[in-house]
Amino acid sequence: MSDLKHLPLKALHEAQGAKMVPFAGYEMPVQFAAGVMAEHQHTREKAGLFDVSHMGQVLLPLSADAALEALVPVDVIGLKEGRQRYGLFTNDAGGVLDDLMIARRAGDLFLVVNASRKEHDIAHMRAAIDGVDEVTDRALLALQGPLAETALARLVPSVAEMKFMDVAQVAWNGVELWISRSGYTGEDGFEISVPADAAEGFASVLLEMEEVMPIGLGARDSLRMEAGMPLYGNDLTEEISPIEAGMTWAVNKVRRVGGDREGGFPGADRILDEMQNGAARRRVGLRPEGRAPMRGGVPLFDAAEGGTQIGVITSGGFGPSVGAPIAMGIIDSAVPADITLYGEVRGKRLPAAQTDLPFHKPDYKR
Amino acid sequence: MKFTEEHEWLRADGDIVTVGITEHAATALGDVVFVELPEAGTQVAKDDDIVVIESVKAASDIMAPLDGEIVEVNDALADTPGMVNDDPMGEAWFFKIKATDLSQMDEYMDEDAYKEMID
Repeated sequence: MSDLKHLPLKALHEAQGAKMVPFAGYEMPVQFAAGVMAEHQHTREKAGLFDVSHMGQVLLPLSADAALEALVPVDVIGLKEGRQRYGLFTNDAGGVLDDLMIARRAGDLFLVVNASRKEHDIAHMRAAIDGVDEVTDRALLALQGPLAETALARLVPSVAEMKFMDVAQVAWNGVELWISRSGYTGEDGFEISVPADAAEGFASVLLEMEEVMPIGLGARDSLRMEAGMPLYGNDLTEEISPIEAGMTWAVNKVRRVGGDREGGFPGADRILDEMQNGAARRRVGLRPEGRAPMRGGVPLFDAAEGGTQIGVITSGGFGPSVGAPIAMGIIDSAVPADITLYGEVRGKRLPAAQTDLPFHKPDYKR
Repeated sequence: MKFTEEHEWLRADGDIVTVGITEHAATALGDVVFVELPEAGTQVAKDDDIVVIESVKAASDIMAPLDGEIVEVNDALADTPGMVNDDPMGEAWFFKIKATDLSQMDEYMDEDAYKEMID
């Protein structure tokens, strides 16, 4: 993997004791000296700083809102300036090509897409939209946790006025920060796009604050699992519809049956039908009994012996705030919600109770 | 004390050999959240996978370093797997094996050779 791409904060991560690993073609910090468990807990208690510069940042002209709307089951046209919305690129079969964030700003639309899908997404958009501009000269950081506002407001006092899913462009130290009040941890917090040449200085100032600790991708994954958030490639795929994935809320009202702009996105026939008549599968939270983690790919059965395979675990591991293994899976909708399921781990069927998501209740500033 | 390339340590007391993983291995694994041990009385052959260890990051197997019989396992690890990170070379031993052929120990490294390997 000699062609791994490096990101602006590589030197800072190494100075902070990061263990770097290849991820989606980039060299990324998987953990720092404190380790995944401590980093996870710190984010839930104080504030964690994540480097997510590998994610794709894309600008579209405001005039592209209708064209973008034709690719996602989202109300883009009705998105107000200064606000952000979660979206999904769907395919004609009603599966998911990627999930993303869409923000409307004074002069453009700003999108953040997954690292592993950014080339795909940009090509997908360019086939339908004029003026798709990939931002390649900015780092992307996330500051997450109950003290994220306290920390960031020391540098940018106006962030205290932002509400969940607000976006703003604000000056700091001669550069413009693009800030959204959002994240991928189930905590209050911010995602901050910063010019690449100012990224190390900005991150360093935050890391010097007592409440801020650097957090790697390992804890990012355990935090998002506890928050019940899907990961593209695991819980969301081209074969799983948004309805099966439990993301019905991401199909905005105007795009639903009876809405002002009903349908009109790829796979709308299947997705709207599943909303009316139910889907073949459903995403479920699981609490494995005992301490053995059940990870992605573990087959799920409806009985301790015999029975039939009724689904598969899509994401799973240990939930540090839960203090036990947690998992999410996709299962046959016909399976009763109150029965114990069995995950087959190393040839043994181990019981796991179905549970509501999330495992850890979010605490957003609405 | 002897060391394997798989980052196990072995401490012999007569023909009873206590086995655990090294500090280096525990650090590389990260926070350990689950350990599955064999049952006492199990006959094992060298290189059989007999322990499963899961960290927050991944699952790994630990092999029997010798032929013999598992005579005791460290049940405390089931309830407090984090011991593996806190004291891998001491309290967090995994199992004791009654070796069939102690000369199998000879192929393993001494501490200096192990330290050289991990540097």
